[in-house]
Amino acid sequence: MRIPLSWLREFAQVPAGATAEDVMAELVKVGFEEEAVHRPTDGLKGPVVVGQVLSLVKEPQTNGKTINWCQVRVVPEGQEQTLTGKGIDPSGVQGIICGAHNFVEGDKVVVTLPGAVLPGDFHISARKTYGHLSAGMIASVRELGIGEDHDGILVLSRIGLDPEIGTDAMELLGLYDQAAEINVTPDRGYAFSIRGVAREYAHATGTAFTDPASKVAAPASLAGGYGVKINDDAPIYGKPGCDRFVARTVRGVDATRPTPPWMTSRLRLAGIRSISLPVDISNYVMLELGQPLHFYDQDKLSGDIVVRRAVAGEKLTTLDGKERALDPEDLLITDASGPIGVAGVMGGASTEVSDATSTVLIEAAHFEEVSIARSRRRHKLPSEASKRFERGVDWQVANVAAQRAVDLLVDLAGGTADEAGTDVGTAPDAVTIDLPAEFPAARIGLDFTEEQIVTCLEDLGAAVEKNDASWAVSAPSWRNDLETKEDLSEEIARLVGYDKIPATLPVAPPGRGFTRVQQQRRRLVQALADAGLTEVLAYPFVSKAANDTFGVAEAGAPRSAVKLANPISEEHGYLRTSVLPGLIEVAKRNHSRGFRDLALFEAGLVFLPGDTLGTESIPPLGAKPSDEVLDALYDGVPDQPLHIAAVLTGHDSPAAAGHTPRAWDWADALDIARQAGDILGVEIVVSQGHHQVFHPGRAAQLSLRSGEVVGYAGELHPKLLAAHDMPARSVALEIDADALFEAAADVIVARHISTFPVATQDVALVVPQEIPADDVLAALREGAGELLEDVALFDVYAGKGIEEGKKSLAFGLRFRAADRTLTADEASAARENAVAMAASRFGAVQR
Amino acid sequence: MTETLPGAAIPNPLDEAAIAAAVDQAITAIAGASTLDELKAVRLAHTGEKSPLSLANREIGGLPKDQKAAAGKLMGSSRGRVSKALAERTAELEAENDARILVEETVDVTAAPRRRRAGARHPLSTLQDRVADIFVGMGWEIAEGPEVESEWFNFDALNFKPDHPAREMQDTFFVEPPEAHLLMRTHTSPVQVRSMLEREVPIYVLCPGKVFRTDELDATHTPVFHQFEGLAIDKKLSMADLRGTLEHFARQMFGDEAQIRLRPNYFPFTEPSAELDIFHPGAKGGPRWIEWGGCGMVNPNVLRAAGIDPDLYSGFAFGMGIERTLMFRNEVGDMRDMIEGDVRFSEHFGMEI
Repeated sequence: MRIPLSWLREFAQVPAGATAEDVMAELVKVGFEEEAVHRPTDGLKGPVVVGQVLSLVKEPQTNGKTINWCQVRVVPEGQEQTLTGKGIDPSGVQGIICGAHNFVEGDKVVVTLPGAVLPGDFHISARKTYGHLSAGMIASVRELGIGEDHDGILVLSRIGLDPEIGTDAMELLGLYDQAAEINVTPDRGYAFSIRGVAREYAHATGTAFTDPASKVAAPASLAGGYGVKINDDAPIYGKPGCDRFVARTVRGVDATRPTPPWMTSRLRLAGIRSISLPVDISNYVMLELGQPLHFYDQDKLSGDIVVRRAVAGEKLTTLDGKERALDPEDLLITDASGPIGVAGVMGGASTEVSDATSTVLIEAAHFEEVSIARSRRRHKLPSEASKRFERGVDWQVANVAAQRAVDLLVDLAGGTADEAGTDVGTAPDAVTIDLPAEFPAARIGLDFTEEQIVTCLEDLGAAVEKNDASWAVSAPSWRNDLETKEDLSEEIARLVGYDKIPATLPVAPPGRGFTRVQQQRRRLVQALADAGLTEVLAYPFVSKAANDTFGVAEAGAPRSAVKLANPISEEHGYLRTSVLPGLIEVAKRNHSRGFRDLALFEAGLVFLPGDTLGTESIPPLGAKPSDEVLDALYDGVPDQPLHIAAVLTGHDSPAAAGHTPRAWDWADALDIARQAGDILGVEIVVSQGHHQVFHPGRAAQLSLRSGEVVGYAGELHPKLLAAHDMPARSVALEIDADALFEAAADVIVARHISTFPVATQDVALVVPQEIPADDVLAALREGAGELLEDVALFDVYAGKGIEEGKKSLAFGLRFRAADRTLTADEASAARENAVAMAASRFGAVQR
Repeated sequence: MTETLPGAAIPNPLDEAAIAAAVDQAITAIAGASTLDELKAVRLAHTGEKSPLSLANREIGGLPKDQKAAAGKLMGSSRGRVSKALAERTAELEAENDARILVEETVDVTAAPRRRRAGARHPLSTLQDRVADIFVGMGWEIAEGPEVESEWFNFDALNFKPDHPAREMQDTFFVEPPEAHLLMRTHTSPVQVRSMLEREVPIYVLCPGKVFRTDELDATHTPVFHQFEGLAIDKKLSMADLRGTLEHFARQMFGDEAQIRLRPNYFPFTEPSAELDIFHPGAKGGPRWIEWGGCGMVNPNVLRAAGIDPDLYSGFAFGMGIERTLMFRNEVGDMRDMIEGDVRFSEHFGMEI
């Protein structure tokens, strides 16, 4: 909302020298936010005066253009030029070259004299051009920054002005005025008016407020006017779409008269373009009182006005020339011809006021918030009117606003008002709020005096009546946001000042600290960073193709994914089922910036919708839903496990003198995955894996001891790397971290540490190539029995001396007993048992 | 280098002067040895089998019995002097040698390569942990919730009326199909409701996490960002308790000099509502108040949605943006730096903020 200061001054005590910034600073105290300052003089400096064209000589030029060599009087005849400066003629007559042709000798125009500065930092000076010394400029509205019209010179008589020569044109055009733009929160519809903001300004400054509504002499009642029926047979939430319709008729209007500059100036500062006198008047009244109005050309109406819901199939061509299909929920203004407007949103073209209009029918109606909001959304028609109706308009002000419009049409457009008028509808039930005496103090933590409470509420416009231990507060008709004792407490605190609220620190009951999962997650993330990886937070928005490639379930089929209804880009219209696509994007971005040795990781949620997605309906607000309804809400929310993923490209460290970095390889990916398991005390079982993202021979499936698959690690598929322009041999891993957290033991049981000597024995086994080393190791472990303390693979060999298709695996076995020193025979026997198990399971032969 | 002395006359083991001369000669040679190798040659020449002293010593055997003792004594002390000199010189030369090797092994420590990659946390993630630590230190607990959420938890339960403009101001990502009433949470406030449903009062929880709005990424906007939201529900909590909590938090975060300011505002889920500003003495362009977040007393309708009796309990809630906090606390000038994952951004912070 933009507040022209001159307008605010009519109703509030704004100090003479106050700037828009000063006004905003006051309004911030009562809950508005500063947006901007609009001040023409920031870009426009005088002298800019009224001049009269004494003579105008047309001089054709060789380039085909014709220019006018004008003599313009800028000081009344017989008076002296008091302005001095380079280029200002002491005679009071300036010679000026002008290229526009829409003016003639005798016209009064706006002259920017040498020394003036126009918007765009355009400095006016006397300069030689077309063979003359042109000392100033005859200005258009566009050059003055007050309009878009650049067809020609602003001829003052055409906007109804005949000022004295030499008058300060900036004053005349209202250019010394300025506006404060504030942001109004959506609960405060009343503040979308000068009336509402002036009241708030008075609250903020503790000064007097004059209600603009009180300055209008509206009739107490109206009858005999244009026929209007309200016939809403489908109210939304049981509230009638229209509960008041005031109609007034003004005849003999001259719609072509110019809008006076004081009005265009205020409208312009308020951000509204001047259209025509009747339209300007309707906007002016809306801005002043907050009541949107609609003007009809009464001669174009046929029969009574009926306010009703649309019928399926009905159409309306709105003021913007578009034909709109109406929805049965749309509230319409109709006459015998059919729809003539979408109530509170936009009028129809057929009954629009035009230059030819002579009889104006003013509509000042009260429409229900939700109905307007839905029509506005449905037809994508945000308007100044709908903005106010959606937030709530003062039911009481309709008649006043209609009268204000009548007065302006009479004063400015030469009309005559009908005495008869229409006012139909039913006032909403008055809201009385019970405010327990001690409640505001308890809510705010500040001991308000009884006087403070009553004064604040009465300043707001509320009626306050004291009962035993509480006040009965009737909210003012323009404050539809005041419904509860909490609302009133806020108002009292707001008016007394939030800065008066003291600070006390409540003490929470003894807590449990972080939960186990929170600790696990933090440890895991920190450990990966400590291990040299860089944490990344990528967006979860991915393409369908990315999900189909990366987010593959165990069975190999793409997982179903969550699709967004309104994504930022259609290409990235899905939520990720894998963290890897985002990491790869980030890796590519870093590559493009010259960083090719990377180790990136992200811990983030993935989105895995199940069979049910959401709920068909949602429960109402303000009440706890039943357990069944709550369960359905919980169940409808997709699974969102935390995944940990990493992508490693290039080398493990920067190359440097005396240091040869190592290229990351598939084993690094596995190592990080296993580290993640180690950090949490969860064993990760590795087996040969198959996942389309990975190199078919260099991928590991990661599982828990229970067999549950928790992820993949290995070298990314060369084709995928090529397609993403990633370095060859880049590796990656992704693990379901939630599954790891869950698998972690609550309590780790200590192991007995034997201090008896260790007996080590090595064994080399020849097995078929395809047998996984880890399986052989598991067989050895199983066969060796409990004397085995540890077994490790220390060599893999294939080639000379080993049969084709086979490989030799060398293991080191460490034996130790808990209670004695092992003999060589005992250790050997255990080793033989281990080898026997491997032999029976895989045909392993000892080398 | 002292040579062995072949053919030199074998001194008489009883001739003190001759023996002393041999000893002096040996000690001079030992002192003159400047390397361990030279010393070895000296040792062979003066204490080896063919050395004058060894030969003289051997002569003792041929002496008459009554002279043996005197000769033995003379030779013993003489050879002892030579041995001692040898041992001392050996130790000296070894020490010199060791020192020289160490000097020769000198490296240019400034040319040391970085062998291990330094990892880094994302500063938003680190800051989120820092905030959580402060509240856990106050006895609060950390609560979490899903990022794709039911519309009810995100709006209705928080007293956003259907069709109210406030609902649209949140620029919500909706999940397809819209009839399923799922969305990407626009704030961490739905976790408030989940917390109230899951827990017994009194409740003191902090809910950090990712939130989503349909803003295009630019220098000051991002469709994905992070918030932390605090909720306290207890008997007789007031706005003064809210201010006290925020003030305490601000001081933990920004130092004892931190000041906060509350300005009236509107949120459907709080009444009264306030905008929270923090005074930033070190702000770029001079000290000023910076908008930090929103807060207020929990709207009774929100308590009702969670089955808590607003006549018995009251509460306050507040929410701040983590990106915003990082931007003004750590002078991050462009939102995109926090989003794009450029390793230079995070690695500059390392594990700290």
